[in-house]
Amino acid sequence: MSYGPGLQSLIDQTISVITNDGRHIVGILKGFDQATNIILDESHERVYSTKEGVQQLVLGLYIIRGDNISVVGELDEELDANLDLSKLRAHPLKPVIH
Amino acid sequence: MLFFSYFKELVGKEVTVELKNDLAIRGILHSVDQYLNIKLENTRVVDQDKYPHLLSVRNCFIRGSVVRYVQLPPDGVDIDILHDATRREARGG
Repeated sequence: MSYGPGLQSLIDQTISVITNDGRHIVGILKGFDQATNIILDESHERVYSTKEGVQQLVLGLYIIRGDNISVVGELDEELDANLDLSKLRAHPLKPVIH
Repeated sequence: MLFFSYFKELVGKEVTVELKNDLAIRGILHSVDQYLNIKLENTRVVDQDKYPHLLSVRNCFIRGSVVRYVQLPPDGVDIDILHDATRREARGG
């Protein structure tokens, strides 16, 4: 009865990860485990600011530790293509406070 | 196990999950697991202008450890059944 998080359906898909320190990382889910540790390929971080558009920082192949993960979202490529990141202004996400 | 069973009853209902980073995500409850990790479908962030970070996301997995509140539809809650289950759990634990 101890199966891991239902992330199997997202394997090899592009996902959007929100971390506990408020970062937003996008990449392809390659693996995960019971603790929600994940392996993200071709990943980049999207840095939001109120003064300029979204900055994208290339990261590459990453392991993100499960206890630092808040949200794993299935990125809809069509919706994402419609976004103009250079025009997007937003405050960075707040860190998680337990 | 009580809340795990309780959430399983709510699958298919629309809920709003408020996280510990103040983000609030509304969606249909797709599934829940023993850690109370939540999978939502048809998601929309509550304040999309303030939090455009998840604009391209329609289905998401929320780690149980980061949930502050799960806001439920009032008609989705049978208070009496919850009371009984809680009493039983309190007696057994």
